[in-house]
Amino acid sequence: MRTTDATLLAENGPETDTMTRYRQVLRQRLLLIGVLVLAILASVILDFTLGPAGLSLDTLWQTLTHPDAVDAGTRVIVWDIRLPYALMAVVVGFSLGLAGAEMQTILNNPLASPFTLGVSSAAAFGAALAIVLGIGIPGVPDQWFISANAFVFALFAALMLDGVTRWTKVSTSGVVLFGIALVFTFNALVSMMQFIASEDTLQGLVFWTMGSLARASWEKLGVLTAAFAILIPISMLSSWKLTALRLGEDRAVSFGIDVRRLRLATLLRISILSALAVAFVGPIGFIGLVAPHIARMMFGEDHRYYLPASALVGALVLSLASVASKNLIPGVIIPVGIVTSLVGVPFFLSIILRHRGTV
Amino acid sequence: MEQGLRLSHFSAGYPKRQVIDDLNVPQLPQGKITVLLGPNGCGKSTLLRALAGLGKGQGELWLNGEELMSQPFGRRAQRVVYLPQSLPAGVHLHVLESIIVAQRASGGLHSAASEAEIMHLLEQLGIAHLAMRYLDQLSGGQKQLVGLAQSLIRRPELLLLDEPLSALDLNYQFHVMDLVRRETRLRNIVTVVVVHDINIALRHADHALMLKDGNLLADGEPSQVITPETLAQVYGVRGRIEHCSRGMPQVMIDGLAETLV
Repeated sequence: MRTTDATLLAENGPETDTMTRYRQVLRQRLLLIGVLVLAILASVILDFTLGPAGLSLDTLWQTLTHPDAVDAGTRVIVWDIRLPYALMAVVVGFSLGLAGAEMQTILNNPLASPFTLGVSSAAAFGAALAIVLGIGIPGVPDQWFISANAFVFALFAALMLDGVTRWTKVSTSGVVLFGIALVFTFNALVSMMQFIASEDTLQGLVFWTMGSLARASWEKLGVLTAAFAILIPISMLSSWKLTALRLGEDRAVSFGIDVRRLRLATLLRISILSALAVAFVGPIGFIGLVAPHIARMMFGEDHRYYLPASALVGALVLSLASVASKNLIPGVIIPVGIVTSLVGVPFFLSIILRHRGTV
Repeated sequence: MEQGLRLSHFSAGYPKRQVIDDLNVPQLPQGKITVLLGPNGCGKSTLLRALAGLGKGQGELWLNGEELMSQPFGRRAQRVVYLPQSLPAGVHLHVLESIIVAQRASGGLHSAASEAEIMHLLEQLGIAHLAMRYLDQLSGGQKQLVGLAQSLIRRPELLLLDEPLSALDLNYQFHVMDLVRRETRLRNIVTVVVVHDINIALRHADHALMLKDGNLLADGEPSQVITPETLAQVYGVRGRIEHCSRGMPQVMIDGLAETLV
């Protein structure tokens, strides 16, 4: 096997054969991406048709196509609740899936995600400040007040991760430990807020930290969609470099890649996406952690496929979680963050057990 | 034009600790393997990383008549390729993909010719049958060969290998060194390898550098560099060089050198 004579004899056979097989693999990946897109569409339609109002398919279709022909109540449910809700699940899933995948690559750690490294906890603290103490950015309109605070703190946490990578030159595992420290710090601060909060604000805060798509609105949807649409092409432009990073940091540097710049630019994109997502719907755990793992199993780590796949898987999982959140208790929509955590934890443990030794 | 690699007043180390100080090496030859020998902690890996531009380095490095230190890093990275001791675990990429990545990560283009080059290289290294396997399914030796393929596809002028044999069994040790030697000659590369096994150095290398505490102790053909005197001085052992029945030099270690015990 190890001598080259045998392979040299069959010179042309394996060469064309391997390349054909590789192209087949690439075609299969494109096909899989198509399947994911269709699955998301189906899930969104399902999500859209389900809800406590019990509207018939016919009414829903009527309201979509001829909004003026139905009564105002139905129009509000369909256009201002159901539709943004179902679409928000997709866009938040896109954002968290992409952010999680990039985070796991640049920190070289399968446990990295906005949720596990403190970005979500920081957002919760920002929201708590706004909800409990009314502290926020002056001049921000009321409907953005909590989100703006959450965004600032989430961005702050992500930039702290940036700073730690840049200034202390600790290893990537050091960054992960720092992220975990951030989780504990901000969780303690949120508890402190809960302790001093009045009964009303306490309820608001507790509900906020559950992460719910009910906070969706067309404006938020627009901002997050725009951010994602601008950032994913930039991510795709770095896909070769990010894949090379998987071969080891020293090797990537030796390939002529400016790894520090790549890492910083990527962290900045992650910060914006995860901070916006968390600021708009609250902490939704495990999407950013689980989606990259599923994408990796299905597509491998060629980032040309792995990045978009992770975004798509994130969207599909969150959309399905949204469907589940409407069905678990009839007539009640459970905050979707609870569902993703309940489903995410066992799933995540199974990943760890399966990858024992290699993760 | 000057051929090979010349180090002139080259220093390397960490911000607070200079490991290699003012090293001068007249010529590491092209198309030949140079081994870097010395005890643990003498600065072999530090020197190799500094040559690759990964660690801090000062002084002049002349590669085939061009000075490397003053070149922009991207240009330097096209000419110098470094393969570290261990490759990361758990990477879910096909062998073929990982080599395409090495080729394209810094802007290389994809074409029928580049595909053919990859397949040809895989066949030369005897790993064409592994092309569609995932990296995380390979043995240590296979991984090392794939690492070598990722390095060679970049057509380096200077190839730096840090202990490429450390995790390999006897068969692969021989196989890898044999391939490195063949490719070094074929492609006219200046290859610098850190090895621990003196006998491997004697058998496979064309040139040797012996380092101790960051200083160059000997520079020349392996048989001139590896002598009872240098063995005692550098490793603190009493050794002799014997020739086997087929004329191959072998190092025999009889014990620790008295002077250093």
